[in-house]
Order: sequence, then structure tokens, then C-alpha cells
Amino acid sequence: MSDMTIKIIIAVCYVLLAPLIGGLLDGIGRKISARMQRRVGPPILQPFYDFGKLLHKDPIHVAPSQDFMMLSYLFFIILTGGMMFLGMDLLMCMFILSTAVMFLYFTAVVTGSHYTNIGATRELLQMVAYEPCVLLTCVAFYVVSSSFNTADIISKDISPIAYMPGVFIAFVFILTIKMRKSPFDISTSHHPNQEIVKGITSELGAKNLAVYTLAEWYETVFLMGMVALFILNKNLWSILAAVIVVFLVYFLEILIDNSSARMKSDLMIKLSWGVTLALAGTNFLVLIYMFN
Amino acid sequence: MYKITRSPWVMHYDGSSCNGCDIEVLACLTPVYDAERFGIVNTGDPMQADILLITGGINTQNAPVVKQLYEQMSDPKVVVAVGVCACTGGVFKECYNILGGADQVIPVDVYVPGCAARPQAIIDGIVKGIGIFQERLNKMESGEDEKSSQEEKDSSEEKEEAGKEE
Repeated sequence: MSDMTIKIIIAVCYVLLAPLIGGLLDGIGRKISARMQRRVGPPILQPFYDFGKLLHKDPIHVAPSQDFMMLSYLFFIILTGGMMFLGMDLLMCMFILSTAVMFLYFTAVVTGSHYTNIGATRELLQMVAYEPCVLLTCVAFYVVSSSFNTADIISKDISPIAYMPGVFIAFVFILTIKMRKSPFDISTSHHPNQEIVKGITSELGAKNLAVYTLAEWYETVFLMGMVALFILNKNLWSILAAVIVVFLVYFLEILIDNSSARMKSDLMIKLSWGVTLALAGTNFLVLIYMFN
Repeated sequence: MYKITRSPWVMHYDGSSCNGCDIEVLACLTPVYDAERFGIVNTGDPMQADILLITGGINTQNAPVVKQLYEQMSDPKVVVAVGVCACTGGVFKECYNILGGADQVIPVDVYVPGCAARPQAIIDGIVKGIGIFQERLNKMESGEDEKSSQEEKDSSEEKEEAGKEE
């Protein structure tokens, strides 16, 4: 089989399987959250039931351009993950991810609602908070494996995490911001019955919310793929280790989500930049010293 | 036909009430009753909600608000009136500013009695509402033609009624 055929198979598998995995992770997360609060919780397939129902509701459009923006958001999120799983440039993935988030921002601001505008502004603040760490992570991968391509990063003898534990911890820290979980759920207020009514998604009609949910599942898979990138190496057993680490990180996110209250945005920026500088920055300096 | 019964999203609006029913609505979400095990989510967004849960009576000030919330919800939708105030106006019925129950401004599908309504009764009311929701969805998906013919029938019936009144 030629390289091209394998790549096409991987791309098709990713597009079809990523929402399934993302939805299941979401369902497992809701179940674990419920158990942490001593509730029975919804069935694990609940996110899929919700998704199906949203698709069957009548469409509502607050602004005509909303559909286009939302579909662009989904498209760029799919592209981001697709590029990473096809072994392409990690830095480019991150730039496309930022483009996707810009489309989400525009979806929110075209409506003119106060709630979505507050949510959108806070979403930009969240970007400011996590972007330095994301870029530093990409560059640290480059220093360790002398390539931005994910295919080269996973084909080394030693897992990248051995060289960059500080970067890993900082990345897991900003993962909470990226996944919009407590205490950093400032752009969405996490529950739709709280003060900014889910902020950025509050003016989305049922069908657009379904598209947003789908994009979130792809994004979860992409972010978990980023976590796995720290663990993977030439040895096939590292895949098992990566899956275990991904589940541990996901569990940690749920635990943090359930045990903390929402933070103020300025504190979030200070904290995330502080952690990025202290852990990822120091680690990065050591890496430069080691590899030059 | 799509089974929608597993994911009812509820929007709760509190009219003119003593807040007793609101506390009971919130109690449905606590670990004791855990309404989320049926997929019930308390959402604040009318555009994404399936069931409008109204507690408290309707007064002259909140009547337009309730109407607007109902209009913002996308079809199919169901209204559940919780507590005796939302059903009829309750003890506030004779007040100068009270119009009556929720059915004075919007069509109500399920009436949950009680002062305050018990959480079990509220969950039961929502589950009844899901049944109506499914029926409406089936009607909606079985084609626009039937819908339009139904509307014609409805309008002709209305005309008949109006004629009688005259």
C-alpha cells in the first residue's frame, strides 16, 4: 500500500471515529462527575442522545451569518486534529486551532446579545492565557526532536516527556483553560443556568449547538492527542502508556472541575502565565542548554 | 421516527410566587432525586430548551416575558405548569395584579398540582411532558402537508367558535 492510501485511511478513520471517542469521553466525564457528587448520573451515551435531539429540533438563527461561522469553526477544528493525526506540522495545527477559535468568537459577537459578548470577550482572554504555553510546548517539541512534524516526534527512542516534564505539567494546567472547565470556565460559565447563560453558546439555536458539540468532541480528541504526543515513542508499548496517561489526565480535569469554583479572569491570566514561565520556561531553558 | 425521550432540557421560569416551588424544582437536581439520570438538564437558554417549566402565577408585568420566552423556544416544545399558582393563580388569584395561571398567556400542556409541588410530582410532570414532546415531534416530522391542513382545520374551527360568540 502506498503512503497516500494509508494517509487517506487514517484521515477517514479520524473523521469518523473522533466524534465517537469524544462523545464517549464526554459521557464518561458526566458519569464520573455525577458519582463524585454522589448522584447516579446520566447514562454514558447521554451526549449522543442530546446530540440526536438537537438535530431534530427546528432551526433558529439569531443572525444569518451564524451558520456559516459555526460550520467554519467545525471545519477548522477537524482540520487541526486531522493534521496532527496525519503526522504534519504541530505549529501549523496550533495556528489553525486559533483560527477556529476566532470563528467561534465571531459566532458569538454577531448576535449582539450581552451574554454572548461577555462570553466572547472572555474567550479571547482565555486565548491570551493559554497561547504562550501552547507555543512554548510546540517549540520544546522541536528542540527535543528537531522537527515540528508529529510523525517525527513520535518516532524517537525516548518519550519527549523525559526531557520536558515541566512543559507537560504546564500543558496539563492550561488544558483546563482550553477545555473550559472549572475554575477556568469563565467564557461559558459551565452550566447553562448560571449568570452568563453559557456565555459564548447562549445565542446558538438547537442545530448550531449540535455543531458546536460536535466540534467540542473533535477538540477533546485533538487535545488528548496532544497529551499522548508527550508519551509516544518508537516502542509500540508506549501507545498503551499514552492511553493510560490520557485517561489519568482526563480524570484529573474532571476532579479539578468538580472541586473548584470559578476564578476571576485576571487571576487566571496571572496564574497561567506564572505557571508557564516557571515550569515550561525553566524546562525550555534547560532543553536549550542540553541540546546545544 | 426518532425517539427523543432521553434528553429533555428544561428551562425554569419563576413567575409571581412564594419561591416554594422553585426550591422544589432545584431539589429535583440534588443527589436525592437526581433528575439528570433521565437526561434532564436545567438550562437557562430558551433557544435550546425543550420544556418550559413555570412556577408561580402570571401578573401584568411578567406576562410579556413569559410570552417572549415561549416564542423564543424552537418547535417542538412543551409547557409544564408547576404548583397551584402556575395552574390557576392559587392564593394570589384575587390580587389586583394577577392575571391567573400560566395558561392565561401561553398554552399549558401539563399541570402539576401542589403547594408546594413535591419533587416526585415535578419529575412525573416532566416525564408526562416528554410524552407530549415525542408526539409533537412525530407530527412535525410526518410532513408539512398534514401540518398545514391541520392549521386550516384549526382556523376554520376558530372561525366557527367566533361566529357562535357573535
